[in-house]
Amino acid sequence: MSENLETVVKTVCEGTGNDKNRMMDIVRELQEILGGVSDDAMDLIATQVGTHRVEVESVVSFYAFLSKNQKGKTVIRLCDDIIDRMFGFERIKQTFCDALGIELGETTPDNLITLETTPCIGMCDQAPAIMVNDEIFTELSRDGAVEIVEQLRAGLAPERLRRRLGDGNNSSPLVSAGVSNNLRKRGEVIFAPLECGRALKKAIAMSPNEVIRDVKTARLRGRGGAGFPTGMKWDFTRSANGERKYVVCNADEGEPGTFKDRVVLTERPELLIEGMAIAGYAIGAQEGLIYLRAEYAYLRPFLEDTLQKARNMNMLGVDVLGKPGFNFDIRIQMGAGAYVCGEETALISSCEGLRGDPKNRPPFPAQKGYLGYPTSVNNVETFCCVARILDQGAGWFSQIGSKGSTGTKLLSISGDIRRPGVYEVPFGISMKEVLELAGGEGAAAVQVGGPSGQLIGPDMFDRIICYDDLATGGALMVFGPHRDLLKVVEYFMDFFIEESCGYCTPCRVGNVLLKNRLDEILHGKGEPLDLTYLEELGNSVKATSRCGLGQTSPNPILSSLKNFPGLYHALVKANQPFQPTFDIQKALGEAKEIAGRPSMHFAE
Amino acid sequence: MSENTITFEIDGVEVQGIAGQTIMAAADAVGIYIPRLCAFEGLPPFGSCRICTVKVNGRFQSACTQPIAEGIMVENDTEELLELRRNLVDMLFVEGNHFCMFCEKSGNCELQALAYRFGIAAPKYPYMFPADRNVDATHKDIFIDHNRCVLCARCIRASHDLDGKNVFQFVGRGPQKRIAVNSTAKLVGTDIDVTDQAVAVCPVGAILKKRVGYTIPVGQRKYDHEPIGSDIEANKQ
Repeated sequence: MSENLETVVKTVCEGTGNDKNRMMDIVRELQEILGGVSDDAMDLIATQVGTHRVEVESVVSFYAFLSKNQKGKTVIRLCDDIIDRMFGFERIKQTFCDALGIELGETTPDNLITLETTPCIGMCDQAPAIMVNDEIFTELSRDGAVEIVEQLRAGLAPERLRRRLGDGNNSSPLVSAGVSNNLRKRGEVIFAPLECGRALKKAIAMSPNEVIRDVKTARLRGRGGAGFPTGMKWDFTRSANGERKYVVCNADEGEPGTFKDRVVLTERPELLIEGMAIAGYAIGAQEGLIYLRAEYAYLRPFLEDTLQKARNMNMLGVDVLGKPGFNFDIRIQMGAGAYVCGEETALISSCEGLRGDPKNRPPFPAQKGYLGYPTSVNNVETFCCVARILDQGAGWFSQIGSKGSTGTKLLSISGDIRRPGVYEVPFGISMKEVLELAGGEGAAAVQVGGPSGQLIGPDMFDRIICYDDLATGGALMVFGPHRDLLKVVEYFMDFFIEESCGYCTPCRVGNVLLKNRLDEILHGKGEPLDLTYLEELGNSVKATSRCGLGQTSPNPILSSLKNFPGLYHALVKANQPFQPTFDIQKALGEAKEIAGRPSMHFAE
Repeated sequence: MSENTITFEIDGVEVQGIAGQTIMAAADAVGIYIPRLCAFEGLPPFGSCRICTVKVNGRFQSACTQPIAEGIMVENDTEELLELRRNLVDMLFVEGNHFCMFCEKSGNCELQALAYRFGIAAPKYPYMFPADRNVDATHKDIFIDHNRCVLCARCIRASHDLDGKNVFQFVGRGPQKRIAVNSTAKLVGTDIDVTDQAVAVCPVGAILKKRVGYTIPVGQRKYDHEPIGSDIEANKQ
């Protein structure tokens, strides 16, 4: 064990006050410095913060952006989601493999560059996209890929690579990202002009209960997808017993096809901070956390700066805006690549420095959340709505949208449309209207709410976007008539298998079984009964899974079976003489190899 | 009857429990068996196997983690739930490599006993036959056979809560999730002892003591005559 490693680990751990609850920060930083968290490093961390090495390994092995094995100085992550696959993923992948002389998952012999794939990085509106360490490159061409490799080889750091800067704050020095906002439609809630601090000022002139009452009167529901009434969540958190309380912002938008929070974090971080401070005041919390997905690490310096500016304006800190006794501040907690951490209890586990396993409920976070204290976890967009409600009034807000779904909704629209990007629309808008806005009139299908949502066809485009009809966290992936929808389903199932935490049986095993049978059908080995098998197994996984991931993971199969049955019926063959999923030659494969000859009984 | 008494229904039968109890604990106390695998008396509820899934006022919940409440209607022994539980047991069988015919745990294995109780002769799902499960026989008295591990976390919880150690923890995620030990030198590098509760609580043949296999004759093993859950049902009021 080198002395240098010991010093590095010690310094990093001490930076967090040797706090094992800050394990995510510790291992993330060591990954960055050392290119991996080795066995030796894990032993040292455990000793330094007073835990066991297997606990450290448990965390490191959970997150996609952490690894035990040493990675290259620069890690190139190609965004491999369905939209990127439609817009040139394969081409870009091949270019990188050729230019680097390695395959996916490998590191160049000089330990300079590792090439990997990662699920949706929140850039579906500008695919194909990649990450080079924390830096983002979008709408990448083959030439662009070659140029990146050349510059890295010439010794340029990822943050120095040439790029065309995006619009708005993307081109501010603290972001300087090659990312476009693609903000196509500004609504009156999130992207209306903003006067900083006005909402918070109004909130602290009221009592906390009055603030919660306003949020309830506005009938605000959570924007992450589940749609729980925000005021009620705050009420529970406020009335729960606990010497401390926490406000947590879920900025872990990992649902493939979702990228609206990216634009909010880039263009309206002040509104988010204000919303969080209002939440802190309402529930009686002194500390807030923003759980920022690892893919958005490029926004971190900018967000830290925005927080500092808020502190300078006394919107955060001690006696906020002169309100005696109201102290509130916000810390950014980085994620490390795990979709399941978007689930609020998994997110809390991750904040606590643990694997991102969801927790058992009850107790709910409002009773026992972060570190066991009452915690309210809300979506980025929800906090922004709160700030507007306090500023403009609950009545104003509840007039926007539809009866059961007040306000506006941010939609992330990508795929086969002319104008991909973020749209702020009032609830109650039909899918048809949305498609017209985005230039997707010829759509053959839309995946609503990401893989965990549903796939609908043109016969359902009259349906309404709201909590009671087409409920969505905001992702709409549009597929033209030339797309193979079952390839989309196949991809989504692979995604859930990859992202399952593995805690409960149905999600860990059931999704693999579903995918295996789907593969058989796609390879022409299906029979009609296989469709019943998929449906029964899918429903079983939904019924018995422990968290929202497993409870929705069979949806790609179930909703395509329901809404596009013809796709499956065209592939399965009736009246087969025997079980077609059984491939005798494949089963004999190993025996044939050992014998060095084909089977004498079963001719090929 | 104290004010802590809670009255609710299981399959239409009125039962009483004490505030703070889980549905499983309250059911156990009145002799109603809710099938389970990861749950173990004396260890904190974990809720991972999902075999104790019941319906509470029409919603699926795990009985080992869900607290009782006044007036709730619990469904337990129904055809719908039996089918879901069979599916879960099937999943666990095909996920690993469970060869009951030559496993030391046969007859004393809770997974096998659940299958028999549910009338499962063979799993309905195709076997996965994973090739990446290994055996750790480094310790002089104990071995781990990962082929048979059902990831119930009993060993993790027992080591931590009952033995005051920290021998086990999960690593990896999804289908790659595994039990790992607190040492790079495998089990022999840990402070586990053959008398540890962590060894005793394994429901299957994944953590076993060496040199004691097959010592109980067929006919005298735990589940040879009575199905799993009979001990609880013997308390039926």
